[in-house]
Amino acid sequence: MSSISRYLYLFIFTPLFSLAQSKISGKVTDAKKHPLPGVNIALKGSYDGATTTADGSFTFTTSATGDQVLSATLTNYQPLELKINVSAGEQLNIVLKNAVNALRVVTISAGSFEASDEKKGTVLKPLDIVTTAGAGADIVNAIKTLPGAQQTNDREGLFVRGGTGYETQTLIDGMLVRNPFYSSLPDIPGRGRFSPFLFKGTTFSSGGYSAQYGQGLSSALILESIDLPERSSSSVGVSVIGVNAGIDNLSKDKKTSYGIEADYTNLAPYFNVIKPKNSPNQGPEIIGTSVNFRHKTSRTGMLKFYGYGNWTKMGFNSNSLEYPGYTESFKLRNNNAYTNMTYRENLGHDWHLYLGASFSTNTDNINADTLLKNLTPTLIKVRSDLSQTRVMFYKNLGRFSVLRLGGEYQYAEERSAFNGNNANYSDNYTAAFAESDIYFTPSFVGRVGGRAEYSSVLGKMNFAPRVSLAYKVNNYSQFSVAYGDYYQKPEPQYIRFDRNLGYMKATHYIVSYQRVAADYTFRTELFYKKYTDLVKTVPSYNNNGGGYAQGVELFWRDRKTIKNADYWISYSYLDTKRDYLNYPFRVQPDFAANHTASIVYKHYLPKITTNLGVTYSFASGRPYYNPNQPVDKFMSDRTMTYNALGLSASYLTSIRKAFTIFVLSVSNVLGNKQVFGYHYSTDGLRRDEVVPNVPRFIYLGMFMNFGIDRRQDVINNL
Amino acid sequence: MLLITSNHNKMKRLFLALLLTGTVATAAMAQSAQYTEAMTKQTADLDSSSTFNPDALQQKGNTFERIADAEKSQWLPYYYAAYTQVMQALMMKDKSQVDPVADRAEGNLDKAEALNPKSSEIACVRSLIATARLTVDPMTRGQKYGAAAAELLQQAKTLNPENPRVYMLQGQSLLYTPEQFGGSKSQAKTTLELALEKFAAFKPESSIAPHWGEPYTRMMLQASQK
Repeated sequence: MSSISRYLYLFIFTPLFSLAQSKISGKVTDAKKHPLPGVNIALKGSYDGATTTADGSFTFTTSATGDQVLSATLTNYQPLELKINVSAGEQLNIVLKNAVNALRVVTISAGSFEASDEKKGTVLKPLDIVTTAGAGADIVNAIKTLPGAQQTNDREGLFVRGGTGYETQTLIDGMLVRNPFYSSLPDIPGRGRFSPFLFKGTTFSSGGYSAQYGQGLSSALILESIDLPERSSSSVGVSVIGVNAGIDNLSKDKKTSYGIEADYTNLAPYFNVIKPKNSPNQGPEIIGTSVNFRHKTSRTGMLKFYGYGNWTKMGFNSNSLEYPGYTESFKLRNNNAYTNMTYRENLGHDWHLYLGASFSTNTDNINADTLLKNLTPTLIKVRSDLSQTRVMFYKNLGRFSVLRLGGEYQYAEERSAFNGNNANYSDNYTAAFAESDIYFTPSFVGRVGGRAEYSSVLGKMNFAPRVSLAYKVNNYSQFSVAYGDYYQKPEPQYIRFDRNLGYMKATHYIVSYQRVAADYTFRTELFYKKYTDLVKTVPSYNNNGGGYAQGVELFWRDRKTIKNADYWISYSYLDTKRDYLNYPFRVQPDFAANHTASIVYKHYLPKITTNLGVTYSFASGRPYYNPNQPVDKFMSDRTMTYNALGLSASYLTSIRKAFTIFVLSVSNVLGNKQVFGYHYSTDGLRRDEVVPNVPRFIYLGMFMNFGIDRRQDVINNL
Repeated sequence: MLLITSNHNKMKRLFLALLLTGTVATAAMAQSAQYTEAMTKQTADLDSSSTFNPDALQQKGNTFERIADAEKSQWLPYYYAAYTQVMQALMMKDKSQVDPVADRAEGNLDKAEALNPKSSEIACVRSLIATARLTVDPMTRGQKYGAAAAELLQQAKTLNPENPRVYMLQGQSLLYTPEQFGGSKSQAKTTLELALEKFAAFKPESSIAPHWGEPYTRMMLQASQK
């Protein structure tokens, strides 16, 4: 390089080096003056900047001059830009505000327990339902460990806050499920029909639920089915009570999937080894099958179909209470089919559409007889068909608020024949609802809505207003209140015989507080529920019943204190009285216990990839009817307290390339005696305890899941 | 004189012109020199142990973000910002912070991908993001994110079978996945040895193109032989 060009070079570059470097420094804090480390401070358009240190301070130099834009960004905070004069050399004090994202906004929580993978701050995960010991992978059994639900294990359904099982409605993707449980035999409750693996979200509302749903006086179990599966797979399962197999196929473009599943359950071999109290006279045998189809119709559109068919045959013989020395036979055949199709799409301009259609049919054939006693056997045939459609539009208002408008139509045909005598009816039920979640601020939300319903068989309309408010005190804690009216048609067996009945009604008042941190959850709820217009069967059918339920509930879940362990404790205190059916006056009903508690403990042993679970449930004694007591002592007797300890162990492994789980679960490990009530002979001289037909159930099963995604195999073969 | 003057003027103009064009050219060069210099400095110690703590990674991620936002048309700073952020997420003790940081990394990676589509390197980092999300709650997220991470690595391999980081990450997954779920130390060893072969043969496109991972691969290989 010649000296001249060297000179030129110097000449050109010197100004850059000779320019004054300005120093910029300052401190970043949050709104509460806590220093924020890790903030990215940048002078826009240049590389110049710094990351704040532990005390929130930063210093850097720049060759820029004059007015510049300085930006400050930090994850979970709103980015900030400010104009500064570089040469001014002032100390900058920057305050960053929390980002108002969906994780931090308040949500309506009074009365509801949610299990979801997607939403944060939920109390349960779908997997928790499957891994709750003693629940036998049954959604409803797992939910019975939450506050508000009773341990009524002698009848099917969720008995919530002084309500009957009929007062809880089950919904899949917004559509009502008329028969969510297998048909039950006397004193032996049917399990839920639906596998917990079908759902990505489960919300158990013990009261104060949204105007989107109706016809449940006490509670709603809202199930949301999964969209597309992660990958194609096939599965097989073998257990002491049956077998199942299924495939799930996801298309290559990941827009369409279908699945087929079939299962066969037969308890007869099991009952040959472990004798139940009442011996089976047929089955119990269940054949089930389900199909699903899911298609992503566009970036935002989703079409889902789910269909389920099921054939059940079961029956038991028991010693006759009425005719000592004789045997009572009870046989049941049930056919059930449920279909559900939903479609959702984004219509643009923040409007969304939801459409649903469903058809279900359920037939129970019952034959009850006293063997060898020449009485006419009782033959009951009950068939109920339900067709329903649902449409809902919702619109996002601003970032978080939303408006929902919708309607429902249901056509129900209820047929029953008792020894050839028919009592049939049909009902056209229509409902319209409007509801809005209004965020006054990100930490204060109100939900205001109403629902109007008309039932043709009752010939009556109702209007149910519902209001909830929730206020978030800080990142972890919030208060909620809820109020609402709930109407429900009387059970079909009463409408069949009297069309002049009207809706039953409950009014809910709920106050709740919850604190949800990463590792623990605390919740407490106070409620008061007023019942009016309950159905009475004496002197003739009427709506003159009524009652109340009130109580307090606690829930504590801790995922941190014990390493690899997770436990929750729930406690419910319930004070309830009602006058309904043939009750002479208001008393505590025979399905309600004053104190109910559950402890669910789960421990993961990573070395042997095994999950251990223990569930202990307790309930104080329930009232029962003793005909030998005078009328003023009606339902004054109490059963013994209920204690149940369930254990489960699941070992996760892989056999060849199949993800495999071995499950062992034992209910009532300690063999505690469980008495739910008593049956009396007509003359009141003899009685029978109502106890579980199988005091302790031992379940052993193996489930295998094969990924049939070729790419997965390739990786495993590497 | 006139001639001289005119010549002198010409000279002056020429000189000025030279000076001007020179300045412009140097400014452009300086820009890119500044970029190369900054990127060289920031990428040089990516494999050093002093970089591998959450604070240092966050600082580096911030620096790459500043370079990325100033340049706007370069994919590498967005890519490195995402890489350092996901490594930060993977090292976090407070798992509740993993998702927000992973979201930020994913945002940077999307920008990188828009500038440089179908990149094997980007697919590798995306696989790391899936792994980071998995660690938040392995019990419930395992199936979804485990499969996603593996699939992204497969994509990365299809895009460039010579990318050593694909084998390194596959080896890592084999090494740290419990055997019951398809992990295997012996398979990890084979895969990591293959990764080292690929590292030896790998020629980065430039001094600032992705070249991280070899020392960590050696560390993992040692672990797999225990």
